[in-house]
Amino acid sequence: MSSHRDDLVVAVAPWAAAATVAVLSIVSILVGVIDLDIGAVFSDADTRQVLLTSRVPRTAALALAGSAMAVAGLIMQHLTSNRFVAPTTAGTVDAAAVGLLAATLLFGSASVMTKIVIALAFSLAGTAVFVLLIQRLRFKDVLLVPLMGLVLGSVYRSIAEFFAYRNNLTQSLSSWFNADFSGIIAGRYETLWLAGGASVIAYVFANRFTAAGMGEAFAVNIGVDYRTTMTVGLAIAALATAAVVVTVGSIPFLGLIVPNIVTMILGDNLRRVLPVTALVGAATALACDILGRLVIFPYEVTMGTIVGVIGSAVFLTLVMRKGNRYAAT
Amino acid sequence: MPQPDVLAPPAAEASATAPAAPPVPRRRGARRLVVVFGALAAVTISSVALFLTWGIDGHWDYALPRRLEQLVALTVVGVAVAVSTVVFQTLTENRILTPAIMGFDALYVLLATTLVFVLGAPRVAELPGLLMFGVNTALLVTVATLGYRWVLGDSSRGLYTLVLVGVIASTLFGSLTSFMFRVMDPNEFDTLMTVLFASFNVIDTTALRVAAALLVVGIVAAIRMVPTLDVLTLGRDAAIGLGVEYRATVTRLLIVVAGLVAGSTALVGPIVFLGLLVANLAYQLTRSQRHAVTMPAAALIAVSALILGQAVLQHVLHFNATLGSIINLVGGVYFVGLLVTESRS
Repeated sequence: MSSHRDDLVVAVAPWAAAATVAVLSIVSILVGVIDLDIGAVFSDADTRQVLLTSRVPRTAALALAGSAMAVAGLIMQHLTSNRFVAPTTAGTVDAAAVGLLAATLLFGSASVMTKIVIALAFSLAGTAVFVLLIQRLRFKDVLLVPLMGLVLGSVYRSIAEFFAYRNNLTQSLSSWFNADFSGIIAGRYETLWLAGGASVIAYVFANRFTAAGMGEAFAVNIGVDYRTTMTVGLAIAALATAAVVVTVGSIPFLGLIVPNIVTMILGDNLRRVLPVTALVGAATALACDILGRLVIFPYEVTMGTIVGVIGSAVFLTLVMRKGNRYAAT
Repeated sequence: MPQPDVLAPPAAEASATAPAAPPVPRRRGARRLVVVFGALAAVTISSVALFLTWGIDGHWDYALPRRLEQLVALTVVGVAVAVSTVVFQTLTENRILTPAIMGFDALYVLLATTLVFVLGAPRVAELPGLLMFGVNTALLVTVATLGYRWVLGDSSRGLYTLVLVGVIASTLFGSLTSFMFRVMDPNEFDTLMTVLFASFNVIDTTALRVAAALLVVGIVAAIRMVPTLDVLTLGRDAAIGLGVEYRATVTRLLIVVAGLVAGSTALVGPIVFLGLLVANLAYQLTRSQRHAVTMPAAALIAVSALILGQAVLQHVLHFNATLGSIINLVGGVYFVGLLVTESRS
């Protein structure tokens, strides 16, 4: 009986998620300071301009960034076989911010692509330090791993703060940690397609990530190149993070919560879960941004702030749940 | 200034109790304490001297009063952070949790923000600063005590769960605060900033007096409870067996901790890893479990670290950094090391 119901859930989930994304996208296109009359798109040039320059790019940016962060989190959870590891809890975001700061200080006039490449290099190195550290832990507690990542992230962040303060960049630094989509117009978000592309590559490699997460011995035994798979997986997560941090700023905890909720409903089959995770990530990002646009209309609260409040509250309940399957120590 | 009188008891006590105890290890422990405290006192005194005289260029009458004021603030904050951390670690029976890591500082900032947000800037501006500070502190004490009972009361939760809860709770409080910053109108934000923050560089004298008074009361309260704290290190059950009224004592100690945190946060803002750093250094140096030893040792380390840090900040880095980011950098690395060693033991 129950397996029949589970099959139904598995079959319906992707369509439900896709429908939610579609509805939220339409809402996101309609909500804004200028009241859009969709019927007038073909007759009125102004309406068309608002739509094509601002509303559609913003909606696309939200969907891309949200799904990329969710997928990055999902991959990191599989690779480390720990449900609490995500870009925000592994130092990846903070390392990317250090990279972006270095790019800004050393090559002030660098293009966005150069900045993304430098941020990518830093976030990959920062995450590698995290992976090496947790491999050194003998008694590997489920919660010790993300704790380590959070503290490591705060170390990276204080390095960034030190140099940012000396160069009057403190304000820029704090904006990199707080995703803001209000400045997104056509021509300023396209780098996020890189993050979207990273998610597609992740889908291709999905089964290998699952094998690598089982441990080096298991992976090698069934013919998977452990080191390459680890590197590719972390590189995908780091690329998504770097592109998002450089383009709009970090989206805290999204990559942690969405995969947890999706796998709670659908189980752990990475190939099956990945597309749904991407859709739910996009829906969450859209919903939080729409909320931020409405709270103090016509002004805006940044999307990062809304996700920060909701995300940390959900994370807290995940950790605190009584008899939860993760917290046994 | 509290150093001399807090310094006195351990030395006197060590020499007084030495003959009664088994001779050899006890005496070696006592000698160790004399050496440690001698060294700590020397470091503290020389950093005070350095701080007061560095680059003064003969302008004594101008510089000295200002530097003395800063010195008092640094000392009070250092002692408060050290004492509150040691007390909190005794309460929670471990060396990783500190009030700052459990999010007390972030909670104070959040509560103060909420208060301004709810009351509105004009009404807050009418209220005397002392009252605002008192209300904030009372709120922190209440919320922290209740939250502590809820989170720590269930002994089935592991240590890492607690630390993680603390770290995420700090993030949550921080996000809520920045949410209110965004929603607030700029006048309210301005009022809030003056209510909330002074810093070591610009110290508001009235705020300093109020906070210093609160901190001195808290420190005295903690010193008076030293014997009880020593009993509490034996663990909850043993303490109850020895006649400690456990619940009441824990509440009283939590009030002291929350008061100290409120005072030091109001003076200089949150410094997350300072308490962790100085408390653990104090345990390692003194190898003692007695609070009459560990509390003053941690206090001396904290005070000299803050004073030296501030001196370096002013004269070497020319104010071109914040003390908080340097302490968090050093403390964060130390915390990672602590977690790795803890998991290997």
